[in-house]
Amino acid sequence: MTRKKLSGFDVVLVGFGWTGAIYAEKLTAAGLEVLALERGPWRDTSKDFATTFAQDELRYYWRHGMFQETAQSTLTFRNNGAETALPMRHWGSFLPGNGVGGSGVHWNGQTYRFLPSDFVARSHNEERYGPLPDGMTVQDYGVTYDELEPHFDYFEKICGICGKAGNLNGQTSPGGNPFEGARSSEYPNPPMQMTFSQDRFEASARDLGLNPFPVPSANMSRAYVNPLGLQLAPCTYCGFCEKYGCGNYSKSSPQTTILPVLMERPNFTLRAESEVLSIDKSPDGSRVTGVTYVDTSGDSFFQPAEMVVMCAYPLENTRLMLLSQIGTPYNPQTGKGVVGKNYCYQVMSGATVFFEDEFTNGFVGAGALGMAVDDYNGDNFDHSGLGFIGGGYIACYTTNARPIESHPVPDGVPEWGSAWKQSVAANFLKTATVGVHGASMAHRSNYLDLDPTYTDRHNRPLLRMTYDFTQNDRRLTNHLTPVAEDIARGMGGGEVKVSERTGAYDSVPYQTTHNTGGTIMGTDPQTSVCNRFCQSWNMPNLFVAGAGLFPQNAGYNPTATVGALAYWSVDAIINQYLPDPGPLVQP
Amino acid sequence: MSYTTRRGVLKTLLFGGTALATPSALWAVEYGRGEGMPWVTMRGDPPYYGTTDARFFTPDERAAVAAISARLIPSDDDGPGATEADVVTFLDRQMAGFYGRGQHWYMKGPFAEGTDTQGYQSEYPPAELYRHALAELDAYCRAQDDESFAGLSEGRQDEILTGLDEEKITFDAVSAKVFFDLILKNTIEGYFADPIYGGNRDMVAWRYVGFPGTRYDYRDFVNHGGAPIQLEPVSLMGRPGWSRP
Repeated sequence: MTRKKLSGFDVVLVGFGWTGAIYAEKLTAAGLEVLALERGPWRDTSKDFATTFAQDELRYYWRHGMFQETAQSTLTFRNNGAETALPMRHWGSFLPGNGVGGSGVHWNGQTYRFLPSDFVARSHNEERYGPLPDGMTVQDYGVTYDELEPHFDYFEKICGICGKAGNLNGQTSPGGNPFEGARSSEYPNPPMQMTFSQDRFEASARDLGLNPFPVPSANMSRAYVNPLGLQLAPCTYCGFCEKYGCGNYSKSSPQTTILPVLMERPNFTLRAESEVLSIDKSPDGSRVTGVTYVDTSGDSFFQPAEMVVMCAYPLENTRLMLLSQIGTPYNPQTGKGVVGKNYCYQVMSGATVFFEDEFTNGFVGAGALGMAVDDYNGDNFDHSGLGFIGGGYIACYTTNARPIESHPVPDGVPEWGSAWKQSVAANFLKTATVGVHGASMAHRSNYLDLDPTYTDRHNRPLLRMTYDFTQNDRRLTNHLTPVAEDIARGMGGGEVKVSERTGAYDSVPYQTTHNTGGTIMGTDPQTSVCNRFCQSWNMPNLFVAGAGLFPQNAGYNPTATVGALAYWSVDAIINQYLPDPGPLVQP
Repeated sequence: MSYTTRRGVLKTLLFGGTALATPSALWAVEYGRGEGMPWVTMRGDPPYYGTTDARFFTPDERAAVAAISARLIPSDDDGPGATEADVVTFLDRQMAGFYGRGQHWYMKGPFAEGTDTQGYQSEYPPAELYRHALAELDAYCRAQDDESFAGLSEGRQDEILTGLDEEKITFDAVSAKVFFDLILKNTIEGYFADPIYGGNRDMVAWRYVGFPGTRYDYRDFVNHGGAPIQLEPVSLMGRPGWSRP
């Protein structure tokens, strides 16, 4: 392996998914020379997600066609510090993306804003309910919903999100989510057209006194032109969103909403198939000097940069920071250190309704085609005496009737043989699921560090995940799952099968690709990696993007908040950092 | 603020340079610099259709695998099973390809058994796991029944498969339970995957459960109101009717 030095750029972006595209577009518009380094290949609609082969369930989901290959890099996993972590030899519980667009290519498009109270989770809950329990390392973000609001708004306009406001400038707006933070404008597009299952969910939820609203969707309800002049086409409800690229230009992704403009700019360069091995720093450790990456020849290069933004997936951002020895690694024994701290996930459960005479026709769907209720999310309900904080949304989506993945059968049906086969055939078109999308609160014992044994193909340590559901998670899911069951029972079907979240966290079955924390933001360098502008406390010319910034995970899908934080951070770079480079917050 | 001013600000932070490589020396693929989207004609990335001939299983292995998958998804009066769907051909192609070799999987040691929540930890990729497990299954059947698995009655086959599933029958070289779980998963894949991969022949499984396959536009059906939607399935290959005169 040789090491060559290249000419410098103003900014180098590590990873090129949603956040990379956002930073690149804004920083090139501000006149900077920007280079993005992406480990995976170039991908675009015409070549990679064409409608003649995009809907291939075996290739894309089961053979991981667009995900990171574990052969390149994976992580090790254990439920607790007493166990020996072993490598995830193939993916299960979550599916990190790879290639240009990252996970923004194969997401479902469920685009919720976090609640105002989610950004001040510690101070808000302690003020209302008293001190949080020992071991619960929940923190405030350091940035508020009101500060992020213009950036949520812009991200929604870039994506063309389809929804209905519930709170416009503080005024309740009928048909939307009455619990949401105040919005400065209506969604850019109306909600998607709902189908049978959502109609039944909505009626049942209303009967229970809940407040159903259409899920904010990045699958287009109509043709749309975004603020960059890029066009999105109406969704055709083909049912291949999550784990697939969209062949119709109907799902917001970096490819459909930003890249065609960015790729025309002379001051932007993308190097694909270039894997960053380390962030390099000056001898005194006060600044980042660039990055070292390896290309497909196996040669490595030093790429100088005056500023680096870490835009990789949260798990890889944490690993790169640990490998580069930037910041103090988190130590679960002492509670000191910050890098790898507060790894959180999502606590999922649900109830499936089996209809007898009616057809749900689940193949007519879209990633974010759904109705939800937020009555049990965040602090929208009184937690006094419940023994937990946070909550989750409860929703009925029609997105997943692909037959290898989804063929629910009632309780008591065997897992193979004639009885199983006949039950699959009888129920395939007749089920609907009411799901709970629960928050995951940070705990001292859940964290990320470097594995002592297993290494990647470059012989660098793999990331090690130590994670299990906490008491807060269990009480939360035990409180919310019966609500989902009640809604399901009111939907007019027959049997209802409840899938509770019990036992240890299991890395095998797919749950969700919402891995958060590890490079968290906050108000104090002793307890966070980045300040409220997503700038490293240690090195002022290093910024971090993505859900790794979340001190804990809320009861929502993360992408809207990831997008808003990126726009908030890049705005601070352009308007505060460039005129006066240095720390944007004095510790 | 102008572009040059910003450049000037950041230049003050730049450290000294040494010998520089030129971008043309890179093995990375470089795009951008105002060139637009790197779209190239005739550069689609269509799926790999697989091969037509058996490539991995020996004849005895193939007979055993066909018999196992036929019990996991049986043929009966209700509808087609793994046999009609030709799942064994799917499995053979999968084992012969990158999946069977575990080519995209992390297969570095050390190997340890692990907990249930840690997932697949075998030192063998799927194809080797199948080969070892099928040899041990054959030895078990010959020792117990003096017959190959494929030669046994359906009832006896079900008993043995239940024994693997419930860990009452164990193997030495590999875990019988891991093998059972894997062949069940792969059989379901072969039954329901697009026919281009060799199984789900003539879309029998899709037709049986009512999945219309790889159609790409259901806008006319969103408002179905709970009524059935009758659509002939379509595969990534299209469907035979389209190429008839």
